[in-house]
Amino acid sequence: MKRIRGNILALILLIIFILPFIYPNNNFRHILILFLIFAGLGESWNIITGFAGQTSFGHAAFFGIGAYTSTILFYKFHLSPWIGMIFGAILASIISAVVSYPCFKLKGHYFAIATLAIAEIIKQIFVSWDYVEGATGISIPIVEEGVVNFQFHSSKIPYFLIAYAFFVAVVFAAKFIEKNRMGYYLKAIRDSHEAAEALGINTTLYKLYAMMVSAAFTAILGTLYAQYILYIDPFMVFPLEISMKIVLLTVLGGIGSIYGPIIGAAVLIPLSEYTRILLGGTGKGIDLIIFGALIVIIACYEPNGIIGLIKQRSRKGDTSVEKAEALS
Amino acid sequence: MLGQVILSGVLIGFVYSLVAVGLTLIWGVMDIINFAHGEFLMISMYTAFWMYALLKWDPLFTLPLASLLIFVISFLTYKLIIKKVLDAPGLTALLATFGLSLFIRNLAQFLWTPNYRFITESIVTDKKMAFGTIIIGMPQMVAALGSILMTALIYYFVKKTRMGMAIQATALDRDTAKLMGIDTEKVYAVTFGISGICVGVAGVLLSTFFPVYPEAGALYSLLAFVIVAFGGFGNIQGALLGGIIVGLAESLGGFFLGTQFKYAVVFLLYLLVLQFRPRGLFGW
Repeated sequence: MKRIRGNILALILLIIFILPFIYPNNNFRHILILFLIFAGLGESWNIITGFAGQTSFGHAAFFGIGAYTSTILFYKFHLSPWIGMIFGAILASIISAVVSYPCFKLKGHYFAIATLAIAEIIKQIFVSWDYVEGATGISIPIVEEGVVNFQFHSSKIPYFLIAYAFFVAVVFAAKFIEKNRMGYYLKAIRDSHEAAEALGINTTLYKLYAMMVSAAFTAILGTLYAQYILYIDPFMVFPLEISMKIVLLTVLGGIGSIYGPIIGAAVLIPLSEYTRILLGGTGKGIDLIIFGALIVIIACYEPNGIIGLIKQRSRKGDTSVEKAEALS
Repeated sequence: MLGQVILSGVLIGFVYSLVAVGLTLIWGVMDIINFAHGEFLMISMYTAFWMYALLKWDPLFTLPLASLLIFVISFLTYKLIIKKVLDAPGLTALLATFGLSLFIRNLAQFLWTPNYRFITESIVTDKKMAFGTIIIGMPQMVAALGSILMTALIYYFVKKTRMGMAIQATALDRDTAKLMGIDTEKVYAVTFGISGICVGVAGVLLSTFFPVYPEAGALYSLLAFVIVAFGGFGNIQGALLGGIIVGLAESLGGFFLGTQFKYAVVFLLYLLVLQFRPRGLFGW
């Protein structure tokens, strides 16, 4: 069974990889890149919320810090976005540690609202900070395309490949954490904080690790997003909508599972992008009306997330096999 | 000048309190974050606007109608959506209410455009009250008084009536409440309905001095989340005090640091207070 599961993940990754080549359409590739970014964000968020049970409604803060750090370093100091990306990840890690350490004593929704408050404060700072161009935002200067400059103008394939590499990296990082000591500790903390402490787990320390890893990956994807769109402003990379989109797609797919964000993003991102492409042109928000209604319907009829449905099916399959074995 | 800032902060704080009371009831009783709370408020504001624009009704005259309308909408939301996700694990209920808020907000934008709309004539428009050097607009004054009255009514209802006690019992322990013969299903539906009345009243009161537009609810629901956590989940006194503190922090922060930082001050205050009271001011 275990081997089959491993193969399913490999198969999913393979299918994603060949998709843009068998279907060379620019809109489709654009959606695929966004899918990879948001699935990656979901995986990062899953580490702190799905595994460790600390609900974060403020991941847009780290996303924005990643996007802004690389952009500012490139815009003001002509530093390659790759180096900026590393600085962004480190900065996001440090900030996440500093702001969440005092919040870890808060439980449940109190923690969630605190993360939301932190993200809003950080957004507000960036909106009124003149050095980073405040609310006007920054257009990343167009330079010669190439890997070093992290800019590609003639094709979306290089962006796809980079997004794919980051996505695979975060999936395996999440998988690695889940399968190792840290994953068990985090899940113990999620299931019972008191019991985990009684067992001698340093809960604050492990929550802190999880948050820092999660923030670093989120920031890296923020840099990628900025380099892909080539324009950022605080309302684009710091809004509550980004934080909530990450939450939504992971919960929709199945929280706390490696597959959850992949399934959730595979449903939500094409849904929101295609409805936007088909209906968004009217400028009246029909796309979001349909999107909202569909989320409600999915939540009502599949409360365990889509992964719950799949698990249910396979469990039914298992029992029938057991029955067959028992009969023979 | 400072007196003026403090008083206007307290007055708007009472309105925040009323919005937060509605949210804290649902949160305390069902442990559900209703992301569509602000959107219900927005519908109420639009109700006041359209009754004014089409039928020349004064917003204060629309108040009972709008409250009833939002009560019905909330009640139906519970019956059609929340009921299905009540026992779902983790954040599923949040998914549903967030989807609902997206739906309502964009439907409003589709039907009524994103334009700001103002109610320019009402009994309270352009009237002012003077307390020495402090001058307060009549709309703000009426909104604050209306909110205080409504909060007091909700408090009385929850603490003194039979249904209110059933709500409290269900909030404490749903299964035991059920065993004691309480119809928890009805309690939930009524709680949702009452929460709707809170924003129904608050929305109409706000519409007399605040522009009406599809995103109007979003800001209030964000503040209401903070206020609810500030006061402690499910605690009406907490929501009342939290609302006043947030109103004060907002207007003082805006006065001393500039309006762009007024909400940052509110959020920062929340983070600071929670360091000393991790379960909110009145939480335990």
